[in-house]
Amino acid sequence: MNKMFTPELEEQLRQVFEGLVDDVTIALFTDGEACYSCPETVGYMREVAALSDKIHLKEYDLQRDAATAAGFKVDLAPSIVLLDAKGDYQGVKFNGIPAGHEINSFIPALLEVSGQASEVPEDLAARVDAIDKPVNIKVFVTLSCPHCPGAVQKAHKLALMNPHVEAEMVEAQTFQELSSKFNVSGVPKIVINDTYELVGNQPIQAFLDEMERI
Amino acid sequence: MKFDLQMDFGSGFSLSPKDSLEEEALYDVLVAGSGPAGLNAALYARRKGLRVAILAKKKGGQLLDTSVVENYLGIQGLSGEQLAGQFLEHVRSLEVPLVEDAEITSVVPGNSFHLVTTATGKTFRTRTLVVATGSKPRTLDIPGEAAYAGKGVAYCAICDAPLFRDKDVFVAGGGNSAVEAALDLAKVARSVTLVHRSRFRADQILVDRLLAHPKVDVHLQTRILEILGERAMTGLLVQDLGTGEPRVLAGDGIFIEIGHIPLAGPFAEHVDTNVHGEILVNAKNETSIPGIFAAGDVTQVPYKQIVIAAGEGAKAALAASEYIQLLPPDQGTLGETDSQAPQFNLSL
Repeated sequence: MNKMFTPELEEQLRQVFEGLVDDVTIALFTDGEACYSCPETVGYMREVAALSDKIHLKEYDLQRDAATAAGFKVDLAPSIVLLDAKGDYQGVKFNGIPAGHEINSFIPALLEVSGQASEVPEDLAARVDAIDKPVNIKVFVTLSCPHCPGAVQKAHKLALMNPHVEAEMVEAQTFQELSSKFNVSGVPKIVINDTYELVGNQPIQAFLDEMERI
Repeated sequence: MKFDLQMDFGSGFSLSPKDSLEEEALYDVLVAGSGPAGLNAALYARRKGLRVAILAKKKGGQLLDTSVVENYLGIQGLSGEQLAGQFLEHVRSLEVPLVEDAEITSVVPGNSFHLVTTATGKTFRTRTLVVATGSKPRTLDIPGEAAYAGKGVAYCAICDAPLFRDKDVFVAGGGNSAVEAALDLAKVARSVTLVHRSRFRADQILVDRLLAHPKVDVHLQTRILEILGERAMTGLLVQDLGTGEPRVLAGDGIFIEIGHIPLAGPFAEHVDTNVHGEILVNAKNETSIPGIFAAGDVTQVPYKQIVIAAGEGAKAALAASEYIQLLPPDQGTLGETDSQAPQFNLSL
């Protein structure tokens, strides 16, 4: 299989990964049979993990490691969850290969789960902290969509800020059944608790407006 | 499906250490917007030795929504994104700070400097402003459009085309972007029907390519009255302007490519605009307020093209430079260059 990274990109990413604070683990779930883009995702993640000592890769099989998968609420393949230095799942998940434009949501997610903090205005932080019910955010994307990583990043940021929130990217073409269930014909499409929908790369306030309705 | 990585250094993680602005500083030129107009303004202003910074909502502007650019001199064919990448790289080589996801919420024009406040509550001071905030897609404003947005109604062909594999889709519009969207969609869709109320405005070279495409059907002189659907869009109600007859065309999606409306935002409260909401500028890109310049799609300058926006941006920067030189000496000194510690900004 061809490498995903060019030497130039590898060098740039090595520099970016110098910003990793603590260790971070990529838990990758694939499924032996009929798993679209699984081989590519495995190759891609191995390349990512090779670029920093702080990045660890654990490869799981959705069937064989069913208990582990259930623990992270993983039921699709390929699926990636990011674990912090303690091995804890913080609600940051990617369903489908985070390639194409989605590398722009995947790399920041690695940095953030490793502990790299970013600034959030105080009023917004207070609203995020106040969420006390379980929230699941799905962000449907295509790999050719330049606006999508922004929406994914915001959803993941919310998950990292509040333990009640879980946020997952869903690559719409890989998971067509799920996409048609939620009627996805425009991306990014944000679905909260399988009920509330937003279309477009919305500001974090719009996420919160919907989350507060739960 | 293509997995090629589309790395965008700067969307949330950045290799450039200077991507933040100082609230204490006095900038010479603050550029609002980072499409071709804004980036070229920054380039020209920086080369004049001025202290420049860019506040952008979406880095690269509408170029990112353009699949292929074939009409920029010297560029025979590049994706909009690649071209935006080259523009950005050029500007970055001169160490111009660019803050992304920075929406300007208020502007206070002043005699010696202007104040600009962003949505995050930060206020910056600048001697001159170049407003290059561009435009956003125009909507049809017909029944069904809002109801089926994201359920068949789409505005970004490169984003959403993959979701219409083997489907029947429409494109509304007759300009270059409509024809390009139709050609893009024809690569994946089962059929593409272009519907436009008058004649083609697109370049003949594109129209020829469209008409030669076996999957494409064209309805000119046809007005779209309503977008029909139930759970999702199922078709269009259209009217043939020749016969006056209404009829229903069945299809799964429609890409609306009927031009753009200017995004003058808070600037419109201060500078003069025309009935379309476009900022009025003179040949030197001066607005009605001294020290505030505008360029590109947000202005009344006709023909919204990349090359034109870029040229207008250059003019605005040169005019701003001239303006700064004519300021009284205590206000007219050139700024120092930024030197800041590396900082990681996650865009919110």
